[in-house]
Amino acid sequence: MISQLSWKIGGQQGEGVESTDRIFSTALNRLGYYLYGYRHFSSRIKGGHTNNKIRISTHPIRAISDDLDILVAFDQESIDLNAHELRAGGVVVADAKFNPVLPEGINARLFPVPITSIAEDLGTSLMKNMVASGASWALLGLPLDVFNKAVEEEFGRKGAAIVEKNVEAVKRGADFVLELAGGPIEEFQLDPADGKQKLFMIGNEGIGLGAVAGGCRLMSAYPITPASEIMEYLIKKLPPLGGTVVQTEDEIAAVTMAIGANYAGVRTMTASAGPGLALMMEAIGLAGMTETPLVIVNTQRGGPSTGLPTKQEQSDLNAMVYGTHGEIPKIVIAPASIEDCFYDTIEAFNLAEQYQVPVIIMTDLQLSLGKQSCEALVLDEIAINRGKLVRELPELETHQLFKRYELTEDGVSPRVIPGDKGGLHHVTGVEHDETGRPSENSVNRQKMMDKRLTKLNGMYIRDAVRVDAPHESADILVIGMGSTGGTIDEARTRLEKDGLKTNHITIRQIHPFPTDLVKSYMDNAKKVVILENNATAQLAAQVKLHVGQAEKISSVLKYDGNPFLPSDVYKACKELS
Amino acid sequence: MATFKEFRNNVKPNWCPGCGDFSVQAAIQRAAANVGLEPESLAVISGIGCSGRISGYINAYGLHGIHGRALPIAQGVKLANRELTVIASGGDGDGFAIGMGHTVHAIRRNLDITYIVMDNQIYGLTKGQTSPRSAEGFKTKSTPEGSIESTLSPLEIAMSAGATFVAQSFSTDLKQLTLLIEEGLKHKGFSLINVFSPCVTFNKVNTYDWFKENIVNLEQFPDYDPTNRIAAMNKIMETNGMLTGLIYQNKERKSYEDLVVGFQEKGLANQDLTLSPEHFDKLVAEFK
Ligand SMILES: Cc1ncc(C[n+]2csc(CCOP(=O)(O)OP(=O)(O)O)c2C)c(N)n1
Ligand code: SF4
Repeated sequence: MISQLSWKIGGQQGEGVESTDRIFSTALNRLGYYLYGYRHFSSRIKGGHTNNKIRISTHPIRAISDDLDILVAFDQESIDLNAHELRAGGVVVADAKFNPVLPEGINARLFPVPITSIAEDLGTSLMKNMVASGASWALLGLPLDVFNKAVEEEFGRKGAAIVEKNVEAVKRGADFVLELAGGPIEEFQLDPADGKQKLFMIGNEGIGLGAVAGGCRLMSAYPITPASEIMEYLIKKLPPLGGTVVQTEDEIAAVTMAIGANYAGVRTMTASAGPGLALMMEAIGLAGMTETPLVIVNTQRGGPSTGLPTKQEQSDLNAMVYGTHGEIPKIVIAPASIEDCFYDTIEAFNLAEQYQVPVIIMTDLQLSLGKQSCEALVLDEIAINRGKLVRELPELETHQLFKRYELTEDGVSPRVIPGDKGGLHHVTGVEHDETGRPSENSVNRQKMMDKRLTKLNGMYIRDAVRVDAPHESADILVIGMGSTGGTIDEARTRLEKDGLKTNHITIRQIHPFPTDLVKSYMDNAKKVVILENNATAQLAAQVKLHVGQAEKISSVLKYDGNPFLPSDVYKACKELS
Repeated sequence: MATFKEFRNNVKPNWCPGCGDFSVQAAIQRAAANVGLEPESLAVISGIGCSGRISGYINAYGLHGIHGRALPIAQGVKLANRELTVIASGGDGDGFAIGMGHTVHAIRRNLDITYIVMDNQIYGLTKGQTSPRSAEGFKTKSTPEGSIESTLSPLEIAMSAGATFVAQSFSTDLKQLTLLIEEGLKHKGFSLINVFSPCVTFNKVNTYDWFKENIVNLEQFPDYDPTNRIAAMNKIMETNGMLTGLIYQNKERKSYEDLVVGFQEKGLANQDLTLSPEHFDKLVAEFK
């Protein structure tokens, strides 16, 4: 019995790769296994090789694996491109239709299953996904009734006849492959899962759910990979709660509409990726200057320009930290798991209102789109906090204005919303006085700049730095952000086995930089390895700027469009030691 | 009920003496009082330009944003609280150059906002460059040999984008302008009111006298029917866009707010935004 296994399906885009993955993994989730998915796709709709990989485990996992146990191939290209990942003794289940062959030197077993013809026999080649997932399920020797139940749920709405056909397709795929393999494959028998029902979702859904839970009721956004799922989720979930999503004409409209709605008192977000973030920059400055709460999600993908729009990268860090002209307070937070996506989104709305600043939630493509198991989520773990918002106000005298920008000890002023009596004030992106009236007075200017720029002093989010640091003094401290945490964890386990004392921290508060926290772990490490998916070591630059200790730091960078593998991290650390 | 004086504040506009924008400010204040608004129930969202300063000169809620983006900000305000009356305003550069994309889409979207453009056919705040509204051959600091681009017709664009309310006025005609703003405020949907508002400092061609000579008031055509879209388009073209009055109104089409599924009469900002545990459990169950 084994505790984890990797499965991949490949084919042409639009050929059922996605749906095969969905049905197979939903059924595995029902059994209580931990799952971690990775989608390799390109920016076209039909055609072009695509593959989905899932890691299945009896214990929590948060990284893709270095190798592969089962490859399901809809075409020869999928074998040619992916067979090298197979471990010795791995299995390829391929559609017999194209007379599959294994490339030379690949030590794996090939099971040609007439996937297309079984599906066509049952009425439509669309059912290829059922045949393929049935065959995969059978090789693992898992109970078929759980699988059939997932099929029933997927197709139940279409009527009993359709369900029956699909169940039959699953069965034929299973029977055929078991015949070829002589029964389920012994090395692929997984230990039973803990049976506890996990949630299974992508990061973007975690963000969407967090937004709903956090009181967000409006979203304005413009579609872009890999952010669109957030608006697609919210347009289904907000209307029953009285809200909506507006697909705007561009990202400038998206962000300014969100600013208008936040000014008017409703928690509103926008989401985009690098190109859209670039368009939002001027407006982010307006939010900073007018102290209007704002939540922006930036799902990073390969840049610059259109770059690698469907690939992994973490290269917008500088743009998020330094973007917009002039100097404003701004918060940038980086969820590192699906659970974080949920909780951090609620917290982002709180921070935006408590500090009256723009908050950017930065994810990366792998976190936004990789489907993963997620622990139970608790609605009221983070209570909604609207900061200094006041709704009941005394009346104003004639020509008196409410001091919306009152100079206070903590720099945060009471906030009112339009419509409320006693709150009249002006708002402008021009430098202004306490009532919001434009002012070029140099004394006022300096006071207002200081007020805004000191608001975030001493601010720490929950888990600003996530720590896995068992050693009081470590040989290596590995620092990462975003989706790389699980990969580092696995590498760490291997390094520890080799006798290297390895600590690991994930920086979740990117800006303002949590200097003291990061420093305390760096102080206790002989060497520091900073891992990031970009070419210019942007996170390392932040660390060097704020903490120093440059002589200790080495960077491990990957910017070929793919997430780090545990072996990348392991090798890099070994070389250093 | 508030009088127009209550929409005045004690801020002295920094416009040049004689600037057309003064009358637009007065007309907005009068119209707001005439339709029964209170200062608290009005939000004026403006862009950047001389004209964009207008939100600071009206005693109401107001936001002076960034160049060209008054409309998306105003739409956000309206979506968040539809109980508010929302006016967006700015110059011809703000709305028809940098912000043109938003103008067209705000018209299509048809949220219940009144958009007042102070059209002086030039860039005032940046001291006299050409605008999309400048006539061909118009000499400015940025077009010393005269503009070689064709003049943009906001009225035709608005009509073709599906506008439900299109009007034009002249800032000296305070009576007509006030009335049109009132109609715009009462209209359930997006209303565009383009106002010829002369820049006395930088536009020496399109002066008060020039407008008086060239303007055609729709009152001259007693049979004119502002609900007829084709007639409206014809009249705009016949007069080369120099007409004033209510050009077109479609009262049939519902506003965006009335078409959004699940949108309530009560402004979102005034609703309880907490999520019930039952609702949350239902959402979570979809991921099992
Ligand atoms: C993004 C950006 N670009 C340029 C400017 C400079 N700018 C300010 S107002 C303006 C144009 C003003 O013309 P108009 O909108 O017609 O208003 P007016 O001053 O004539 O009332 C320009 C180009 C700016 N503020 N922001
Ligand atoms: S420059 Fe022109 S538009 Fe600006 S205030 Fe003076 S007259 Fe008015």
